[in-house]
Amino acid sequence: MPDSLINDPVNPAVNPVEPFLRSDRMPSIWCPGCGIGTTVNSFARALIDSKIDLQSLALVSGIGCTGRVAGYVKLDSFHTTHGRAIPFATGLKLANPKLNVIVYSGDGDLSAIGGNHLIHAARRNIDLKVICVNNLIYAMTGGQTAPTTPEHSTTSTNPYGVFEPAFNLPHLVEAAGAVYVARWTTFHVRQLTRSIGEAFQKKGFSFIEVISPCPTLYQRRNKMGDGLDAMKFYKEKSKVRNGAPTSEVGLTMTGEIVVGKFVDRERPDYQTLMRAQYAESLGERFVEQAEMVCS
Amino acid sequence: MKADPRGVLTGVHFMDGDHACCEGALAAGSRFAAGYPITPSTEVVERFASRVPTVGGTFIQMEDELAASITLQGAVWAGAKAFTVTSGPGFSLMMEHIGYAAMTETPCVFVDVQRGGPSTGLPTLPAQADMMQARWGSHGDYEIIALCPNSPQECFNLTIKAFNLAEEFRVPVMFMMDECVGHMTEKVVIPPADQIEVVPRRHTHKPVDEYLPYETNGDLVPEMAHAGEGYNFHITGLTHDERGYPNMTPQIQDKLVRRLQNKILQAADRIAMFEEEQLEGADVVVVSYGITSRVAQRAIEAARGRGLRVGKLRLITAWPFPDKKIRELAAKVKAFVVPELNLGQMVREVERAAAGQAKTFAVPHAGGGVHNPEDILKVIVEAGRCQTA
Ligand SMILES: Cc1ncc(C[n+]2csc(CCOP(=O)(O)OP(=O)(O)O)c2C)c(N)n1
Ligand code: SF4
Ligand SMILES: [Mg+2]
Repeated sequence: MPDSLINDPVNPAVNPVEPFLRSDRMPSIWCPGCGIGTTVNSFARALIDSKIDLQSLALVSGIGCTGRVAGYVKLDSFHTTHGRAIPFATGLKLANPKLNVIVYSGDGDLSAIGGNHLIHAARRNIDLKVICVNNLIYAMTGGQTAPTTPEHSTTSTNPYGVFEPAFNLPHLVEAAGAVYVARWTTFHVRQLTRSIGEAFQKKGFSFIEVISPCPTLYQRRNKMGDGLDAMKFYKEKSKVRNGAPTSEVGLTMTGEIVVGKFVDRERPDYQTLMRAQYAESLGERFVEQAEMVCS
Repeated sequence: MKADPRGVLTGVHFMDGDHACCEGALAAGSRFAAGYPITPSTEVVERFASRVPTVGGTFIQMEDELAASITLQGAVWAGAKAFTVTSGPGFSLMMEHIGYAAMTETPCVFVDVQRGGPSTGLPTLPAQADMMQARWGSHGDYEIIALCPNSPQECFNLTIKAFNLAEEFRVPVMFMMDECVGHMTEKVVIPPADQIEVVPRRHTHKPVDEYLPYETNGDLVPEMAHAGEGYNFHITGLTHDERGYPNMTPQIQDKLVRRLQNKILQAADRIAMFEEEQLEGADVVVVSYGITSRVAQRAIEAARGRGLRVGKLRLITAWPFPDKKIRELAAKVKAFVVPELNLGQMVREVERAAAGQAKTFAVPHAGGGVHNPEDILKVIVEAGRCQTA
């Protein structure tokens, strides 16, 4: 379990993010040196900083090591099926537009099995905040190739090296229509926190990719060391280029990691467009959706 | 609770089963549907798409059925009554999420307007070959409820019932139409809203610190909270304890899965709905459902015309299967005749429940049309001649 998630037995007040976690579920299942916990810390800090109404938040995960985030945050939280966090979140958001809906899931979950939902939610500009923990691998199932695994890496299903090209996720979601796109690594905790806070302020489909180590299955198999080595690697290789064209931010196994805020633009979100269309076409006959709680 | 009048199109209509199903959903209080077009079901969501902005609600056409079948569940956890509509190929894609709804106890309705299969099969022609898939299609042990309308009027009435059962038991309800019933146009009477009974959500009234998402108080069905109300609850498709937290022990698995089954099985008699006719003193009972029940009626009447004592049992609830009813009848009759638009699905259940007390005769049909009543009649006559088992 990452240090940052451990309750300090001597001074329980030491960790300000603790109130956002389900302490009755600690320790987490995550391995030592795993980056997922670090991202959760940044997320929790963003909640504190943004002073967002916690009751309005709902967090949705798919399946995977990252998918377990839903189980550790003290929010209305949904651990759904593999790849389907985005459509589930879409239903939550459309049925109750007052909710602030966060999707927190892994690279495989969001871009392989859930890839179709990712691009369509971005196209529709559904007002969701997507945090994609990209550990370059299918971790939960033991280190198989993901659509994000850089060429030449070794994985359990490409034991002779990955030869298929990887997705460049910021480029993909920008092309599909996302209004906010950023990438950080788990080395960039403050920048990540700030980006999450900015995404809360946006109305529309926001996507934050966090490059995160999986020492157990990616780093180790590729002789890249442990969690600490990963931090050194990120520090050394990453280059902040806010506004970089997303076509230029594709990842390679050992090359530069371009990080920063790449896209921040305005586009009306799905529900705004839907209501405008109904109002225009139906006039007086259009009835606004009431609160749906059927009790 | 009475229906919200805004969704109720009170009056006498001439409409097809698909449209009547949509009106039933609106009358039941559903204000959310997610779908993906597929013949012969599309008219349901087309009508919903046109009607729902005039009553306050949302329709979204998703990118596929994988999405549609989970989007609706997100809507339910935000407080909506929600459904999706599909046919064979789409129903196949939805299976994982039927299991998710069963496991998380998400009340919702899946409408399947059945067409011929397997695969793309007969897109525009009827079948009743998804009956076992509706019951067993997702992995693991679970129970669902399935209803089978045989007319547009029933598409209206029973869609309301489907939503009500979904809420009462917190279970996905399969609404098993067929192409004939979906596309058949008949008189549909929609009563005033104050004559329509609607079951509200089992919403918790507990204070936040006392609420456990899967705690049950004897009746096996837990109370629900919705996102945004401050309960900070957790929902997972993993095996979970009363707090909703994952727990991978065989003990918790046993407790959970048995409860999910028992909440339906223990209420099976209450859930069971049939239409019965001349069962008293019958030698042969024709068991049918959906469009086939209307074709079978011709055969039953012809057989009676020949002096045979033929009873009719129409299954309105297909799942949970009405074992008790079949068992009781099996003790009294010589045989069951089971016509259906598949090569033998519900007939296996009849045979199983009859447990050798009466004989069971299938009248299979591969789909693409309905039976010729003559073919059913022949089997009734044959069944009437058989010796008691
Ligand atoms: C339908 C389905 N297919 C496959 C799986 C197995 N599975 C679980 S997690 C996972 C991959 C997760 O990878 P990623 O989303 O990158 O998450 P990580 O574990 O790396 O955080 C797979 C293939 C599943 N649970 N469901
Ligand atoms: S397997 Fe990898 S991603 Fe999963 S918890 Fe361990 S280090 Fe983290
Ligand atoms: Mg991964």
